[in-house]
Amino acid sequence: MSRFKKDSKKETAAINTSSLPDIIFMLLFFFMVTTTMRETSPKVKTKVPEATEIQKLEKKSLVSYILIGPPINKRLYGDNSRIQLDDQFATVKDISEFIARERQARNEADRNKITTSLKVDQSTKMGIVSDVKQELRKSSALKINYSARRAGKSN
Amino acid sequence: MSKRAVPEINAGSMADIAFLLLIFFLVTTTMDVDTGIIRKLPPPVEDNQDDIDVKDRNVLKILVNSHDLLLIDGERGDVRMLKDKVKDFMALHPDNESYPEIKPKFIEELGKEVMVSKGVISLKNDRGTSYGMYIQVQNELARAFNEMKNDKSLQMYGVKYTQLVDDKKIKTINKLVPVPISEAEPENVGGE
Repeated sequence: MSRFKKDSKKETAAINTSSLPDIIFMLLFFFMVTTTMRETSPKVKTKVPEATEIQKLEKKSLVSYILIGPPINKRLYGDNSRIQLDDQFATVKDISEFIARERQARNEADRNKITTSLKVDQSTKMGIVSDVKQELRKSSALKINYSARRAGKSN
Repeated sequence: MSKRAVPEINAGSMADIAFLLLIFFLVTTTMDVDTGIIRKLPPPVEDNQDDIDVKDRNVLKILVNSHDLLLIDGERGDVRMLKDKVKDFMALHPDNESYPEIKPKFIEELGKEVMVSKGVISLKNDRGTSYGMYIQVQNELARAFNEMKNDKSLQMYGVKYTQLVDDKKIKTINKLVPVPISEAEPENVGGE
């Protein structure tokens, strides 16, 4: 015991924090591996409806998103559902251009594997959704996904 | 051996750097996997194409109006009974006039002809139908067909459709239980 007591002139010894970086790094790697980059910030509210027969979208890099819903900033943009492509509001006419752009951004081999995910707010009327679907048909983006969350799970 | 003291590198700020990175990733990332009902849109129609005539008994008409009310084959219905109606409609009834006709279909994987229903589900909605209702209907339709696939798979291979691993078996089931959902272009059907 005297061996330890010998050089303890201070009352409290400093806590050894040398393993703290390791712990933080571990957390960091966990988040790096489990997550993907957020691409856009939503401008419209999209509370997608619930469903039971849902499937997971396999390849995230092969999914392009179309958001439809009431604008978050009601005072500026009103209550009516709007379409959001990438980072800005758009109209139905912009969709074919958007699809072309999405195709350009992918490998040639992957171009016909692109799924278009429709993230639509559940209060939206079908009129605008149908217009979007017709437009998608015209640009031959036929694989679509009606985004929905598992029933009973809040999000 | 001379014990020359190598100056120790101060690792105290290492944690700070790691924290900074950690917070950056926390903020810029999302965890959720997108889920949903996957569907295929029909290819665009050419103008000179004629409408294909389908016999009335082969079609199950589902109408949704702007008040989210359902009409199944001319009768007021509820979303909860939709699944059973669809299953009943798509089941094979060879001698019943009120059910869809059946036709032989050659299945490569089985190497023989199998009778399948000629039934088609026609879904039509108003422009004022809410998207939530539309998804409910789509979900019920998907549920009906998934259950039919499951039944078929259990009957043929003894396992559920979702547990099938063999690509050939999955293809066979998909051919035996087609998903003939046709969506009409919406119009203002009104909501009286």
